[in-house]
Amino acid sequence: MVNLNVNIGNLSLKNPALTASGTFGYGEEFSDFIDLNKLGGFIVKGTTINHREGNPYPRMIETPSGMLNAVGLQNKGVDYFINQIYPRISDIESEIIVNVSGASIGDYVAVCEKLAPLDKINAIEVNISCPNVKQGGMAFGTTANGAAQVTKAVRAAFPKTLIVKLSPNVTDITEIARAAESEGADSVSLINTMLGMAIDVEKRRPYLSTITGGLSGAAVRPVAVRMVWQVAKAVQIPVIGLGGIMNGRDAIEFMLAGATAIEVGTANFIDPSTTIKIIDFMNEYCDRHGIKDINEIIGQI
Amino acid sequence: MRKFIIDFVIVENRHLHDNYSLLILTPKTGEKLPEMRPGQFVQIAIDGTKSTFLRRPISINFVDYNNNQLWLLVRKAGEGTSHLLGLQKGDNLNIILPLGSSFTIPTEKTSRLLLVGGGVGIAPMLYLGCELKNKGYNPEFLIGARSAKDILELDELASVGNVHISTEDGSLGEKGLVTKNSVLNTPIDFIYCCGPAPMMKAVAKVAQNIGSECEVSLENMMACGVGACLCCVENTVKGNVCVCTEGPVFNINQLTW
Repeated sequence: MVNLNVNIGNLSLKNPALTASGTFGYGEEFSDFIDLNKLGGFIVKGTTINHREGNPYPRMIETPSGMLNAVGLQNKGVDYFINQIYPRISDIESEIIVNVSGASIGDYVAVCEKLAPLDKINAIEVNISCPNVKQGGMAFGTTANGAAQVTKAVRAAFPKTLIVKLSPNVTDITEIARAAESEGADSVSLINTMLGMAIDVEKRRPYLSTITGGLSGAAVRPVAVRMVWQVAKAVQIPVIGLGGIMNGRDAIEFMLAGATAIEVGTANFIDPSTTIKIIDFMNEYCDRHGIKDINEIIGQI
Repeated sequence: MRKFIIDFVIVENRHLHDNYSLLILTPKTGEKLPEMRPGQFVQIAIDGTKSTFLRRPISINFVDYNNNQLWLLVRKAGEGTSHLLGLQKGDNLNIILPLGSSFTIPTEKTSRLLLVGGGVGIAPMLYLGCELKNKGYNPEFLIGARSAKDILELDELASVGNVHISTEDGSLGEKGLVTKNSVLNTPIDFIYCCGPAPMMKAVAKVAQNIGSECEVSLENMMACGVGACLCCVENTVKGNVCVCTEGPVFNINQLTW
C-alpha cells in the first residue's frame, strides 16, 4: 500500500489531488461522475465579499491545446456561499478549500474573517492572480510588495492554512513567492492562467468581450512545470502545482518538479473523472517504481 | 437528472449531404440509455484532431429507446464537427449526457404547437415532436433553410406532424424567412424554436406579437457543459446564468432580448 498522504501547512490531504478553483464549481456539479470523497480536496470557485456578475459573454474561446477564459470571478458572494452552499457540501470527507478574491485588501480580509469560523474549511487559497478583473486580482500578484501586503493582512484574519495563488504573468515568480512566504503563507499554488488573446480574423475582432483572457489547458503545462521547479527551489513552504495537468503522468511531472500537491483544472471539462484517474495512476506509478511514500518523489529534479 | 459518461459506438453515419450527418449511436457495453428529455444536449469528446481540445455540445435529435440508439444531427462547423462527420460505423465516441434543461410540455392537449427549426436547429424538434405526439398532442413544424437541399429529416418530421417550409431561395415551400411564413398568421399557443440567434430573436418577436408562449434553445460557446466553468452565460432577468444548466431551453420572458 502506497502512502499518498501529503501535508500543506497544518492541512493533511489523503492524496495530492486537488481541483483548481473555477473548474469544479462547488464539487456538486461533478458528484454524478466521481466519488468526491476520494479526492485530496477541492477548491471552490473564487469567492468575493459581494455578488459579482462577471464579464459579458463571450467569455471563452478554444485555442490550440487549451482555452482562453474571461469569466471575471462571477459568484454570488461569500454570504451566499456560507448560507446556501456550505451546508450542502460540508459533509464531504475531502478537504474543501475556498478560493478568495478581492478588489481591495479590505475585501480579502472581510471574506477571510467570514470563512475562518467554518469548521469544515481548514484552508483558503488567496487569489492574487486573476487576469480577468479590472481591480485587485492580478494587480496584487504582479509585485512582491502587493503580494506581501495581501498575505500579511489575510494572515492576520485567517488562522488556518493559507495558500497564496500566484500569477505567471510576472518577470520573476520566485520573488513573489518569497514575498508571500515571508508574510506567513503556508503554501503557494501556481500557476494561475497566462494572459492571452485570440482574434477572429474573419470578423476582425477579438473572440472575448474583454479582448484578453486567461490561457489554461495542456498548452501552458511546460511553463507551469518550469515555474513550479523555480519556486520550489526558492521557498521552504510546500508548493502546489497546477497548469495543464491532463493525466497522472502530468501530475507526477509537477511533483518531481517540486509540487507537494497538484490541482486539476481545465481537464475537468474534458474528462470529469480526471482526478480519480490521477489518484489511480499515482498508486500504480509508485508501485511500479518501488516507491512506498509519494513524498519521496517531491522535488527530485 | 443524473448525468452519465458513456462510451458509444457508431451504428451508422448517415451523410444527409456535404455539411450534415446523422450519427446513430448505441452504448458500447450495451447498457440501457438513460432517460433524456427533448431539448437536452450531450457533450462529445473529440479525439484525434490537431486543434480541438474541448468537448462539443450537440443537441439530442432523437432517442430510440426500442433499439437503444441515440440520434445526433451534426453540422460541419469547424474541425471538431468535421471530425464527427468523418467517423465510420464501429468508431467510438465518449459522451456525457443528458445535459441541460428541456422544453416545456403544455398542460392543455388542444394547444396549437409550432416547432420552428432553422437549418440544423431542427435537431431537437424531431425528438420534441415525437414526444408531443406520443402524449396526444398535435405538433406542427415550421422549418427554414437557405435552400431545399438544406432541409433535413423532412420525412421523419412529416411522419410526426404537419410541416411548413420556408426557403430563402424559394426552392421548397414559401420563399423567404421563417418569420414570414403564413402559418404564423394563424393562432398559435406555443412556439418552440431552435436555430441561429438572429432567427430565434425574430421568431421570439413574432411570438410576442401574436401572444404565443415561446421557448428557444440557445447554443452559447461552452466549455464544461455542467455548470462549473461559467463560460456559456446568457444575460437573463436573473443576471448571468449558465446556458448549459439553466438552459439551453429558455422561455423568452427570461431573456433580455
